[in-house]
Amino acid sequence: MADAAIHGHEHEDNRGFFTRWFMSTNHKDIGILYLFVSGFVGFISVAFTVFMRLELMEPGVQYMCLEGARFFASDALCTPNGHLWNVMITYHGVLMMFFVVIPALFGGFGNYFMPLQIGAPDMAFPRMNNLSFWMYVAGTSLGVASLFAPGGNGQLGSGVGWVLYPPLSTREAGMSMDLAIFAVHLSGASSILGAINMITTFLNMRTPGMTLHKVPLFAWSIFVTAWLILLALPVLAGAITMLLTDRNFGTTFFFPEGGGDPILYQHILWFFGHPEVYIIIVPAFGIISHIIATFSKKPIFGYLPMVYAMVAIGALGFVVWAHHMYTVGMSLTQQSYFMLATMVIAVPTGVKIFSWIATMWGGSVEFKTPMLWAFGFLFLFTVGGVTGIVLSQAGVDRLYHDTYYVVAHFHYVMSLGAVFGIFAGIYFYMPKMSGKMFPEWVGQVHFWMMFIGANITFFPQHFLGRQGMPRRYIDYPEAYAYWNYISSLGAFLAFASFVFFIVMLFKLLLSPKNATQPNPWNEYADTLEWTLPSPPPEHTFEQLPKQSDWDKAPAH
Amino acid sequence: MAHAKNHDYHILNPSIWPLLGSLGAFIMLFGAVLWMPRVGQGPWMFLIGLALVLYVMYAWWSEVVAESKAGDHTPVVRIGLRYGVIMFIMSEVMFFAAWFWSFFKHEMYPMETYEGTTYVKPEIHHIDPFGLPLINTLLLLLSGMALTWAHHALIHGNNRKDLKHGLMLAVALGVIFTGFQVYEYRELLVYDGYTFGGEIDFANFFMATGFHGFHVVIGSIFLLVCLFRAEKGHFTPERHVGFEAAAWYWHFVDVVWLFLFFAVYIWGG
Repeated sequence: MADAAIHGHEHEDNRGFFTRWFMSTNHKDIGILYLFVSGFVGFISVAFTVFMRLELMEPGVQYMCLEGARFFASDALCTPNGHLWNVMITYHGVLMMFFVVIPALFGGFGNYFMPLQIGAPDMAFPRMNNLSFWMYVAGTSLGVASLFAPGGNGQLGSGVGWVLYPPLSTREAGMSMDLAIFAVHLSGASSILGAINMITTFLNMRTPGMTLHKVPLFAWSIFVTAWLILLALPVLAGAITMLLTDRNFGTTFFFPEGGGDPILYQHILWFFGHPEVYIIIVPAFGIISHIIATFSKKPIFGYLPMVYAMVAIGALGFVVWAHHMYTVGMSLTQQSYFMLATMVIAVPTGVKIFSWIATMWGGSVEFKTPMLWAFGFLFLFTVGGVTGIVLSQAGVDRLYHDTYYVVAHFHYVMSLGAVFGIFAGIYFYMPKMSGKMFPEWVGQVHFWMMFIGANITFFPQHFLGRQGMPRRYIDYPEAYAYWNYISSLGAFLAFASFVFFIVMLFKLLLSPKNATQPNPWNEYADTLEWTLPSPPPEHTFEQLPKQSDWDKAPAH
Repeated sequence: MAHAKNHDYHILNPSIWPLLGSLGAFIMLFGAVLWMPRVGQGPWMFLIGLALVLYVMYAWWSEVVAESKAGDHTPVVRIGLRYGVIMFIMSEVMFFAAWFWSFFKHEMYPMETYEGTTYVKPEIHHIDPFGLPLINTLLLLLSGMALTWAHHALIHGNNRKDLKHGLMLAVALGVIFTGFQVYEYRELLVYDGYTFGGEIDFANFFMATGFHGFHVVIGSIFLLVCLFRAEKGHFTPERHVGFEAAAWYWHFVDVVWLFLFFAVYIWGG
């Protein structure tokens, strides 16, 4: 296929290890760096959850003790250490939000495949691209430093929840909280620079003939995400800067005794926080679209509505933030507005879900591993979306606010939505990135373990929420014991699947190449990255691709 | 390292600056935490990090200028650079949105009107907007005009003398603005009972105007760099992305000030 696209790949890659991985200006290498680091941080973050589920397995506190954390049951005296628990939930959230999912989907897949899909030789600002990556690493380092720095209650780390609400965050002792604030600043700056880079690349470097309405859906998803990052992240930076000055320089933005307002922080945070939800999920939409089209052996159904649904979701994402805070005492009018606006988002989301289903309809669906993950995504994201509609109702939310129902809801959209999107992307693009294909059984085993494990973990949490179990507590009464026990079992299974994946990943990476043909799937994987050798050479598209290489419907 | 490149995009060689710059940012921010009153260990680590960050900025942008002179900035690359600057400014606008949000919230729904509050708003000296703030407004607007004069001198006939004079005037007015702002802060803090902390109106005022003042300083330095570059003949009527970026940034700082002037000084005062 498309020989013109790969001209000039014959030369030797003679970069040294340091030059290649530490001084990179190559979007593909930077994408791989992003994927590895976010995978590593993801492992830490997941390990925290296993510890938390271990603690929640039975009523009473058995593992998170003031006498020292334990990993095995013991009869020794155990005084509950609530601070440790709070630190675990906080860092799980902060790491997942800022240091795992955005870097993996937007930084990793976005960097690697957005330029390839639009036929660009690299990003618009290749050197700044690497600055984004290293600032992300610097931010992660500050985050880890914060975990081990003196914090509240005379212990290490900050236990204030990932949203960093005052007064908890403004009154938490020690320097840990300040380090965490700077960690988020750095990761935010990294994402903003990345967003500038992605938007410029998308607008300025599309291959000749690729008008906006012909750009592949994943590239579109990255473009939409980049706008959300560009406009939402700076507002968060403002909010946490105010936290910082409140903590250290005596300002009273969020201290009522000085005329400040803690609720103001919640508004500003969620003005960022809700777009953040879409920043996390929209790139997964893009990946899933390509996978479903490929393995249904049909072009995606309703390309243009799919594009504009993403745009609409992105735009609406900025005007619904207060549905995260129905219980803070807003007027009825405000609540009605935010409820209505939130429900409107179900419309473009529905367009996407139904278009994916319509793509499969009448197609010859083949359940290879990436398709399994995409299918899992579709089912689970829909479950999470439906509970989202339940929660969007201000009246019903009175009951569910801060219960496990909410925990179940956002893990269905994020842990099962975004993360399934990441794994779908990994299995789909692994042959392209490495020239190596996972054995089918590995993907199947991983998928079913994860699918079953994650469902056993989170589905019972709906029941717990309906029973009234509040989130963010280290302990619970006997009445909640049954479903908590089940939920913990699921978490162990899901963790086992992750460990299995990591082992198999390294085994695969150490094995010889087995899938070097440009396109290991079928002719419905028809975007430009599939015209390149696997793995692609250092420099791709030194000769820009011809329209016939990618345009399957040139008449449009 | 671009081999057989058949397009106009800019493919860059590997670079150490991103790694060093991020290392500098890490040291600087960790140092800032150690420096702040809670730990209070002195500014050394912060300053080392800052020095590294500044050095990387200098080296990196010098490299960009060298690449521009080497002809790497083809028309399509220059369009991309402009997009980049515009989006950077957009993100800055959203940063300011956070301060204005806090300001407008507390102006429109002040805490002393909340049911059951024990907070009593102290007597606050109100700044006369038509004294120093008005002068400052005129200074910034004039500075913007001087910059436009410089820009026109460059575009129409490449008049290097007027370009430099316009830039000098723009920088000078910016510096005077900063001086007046410092003077105003001093008056407020020393004579008018203002403090950085303790009261929301002070917090909003100093955060919004201080963050703006910081941007004025950055913009002045940016313009000053452009002046040096104009001196060296880096700009031509067709190619002067750096100058355009500085000008856009300066106008953005101007517009933010107009919002501050009308909202914070006049309406809020």
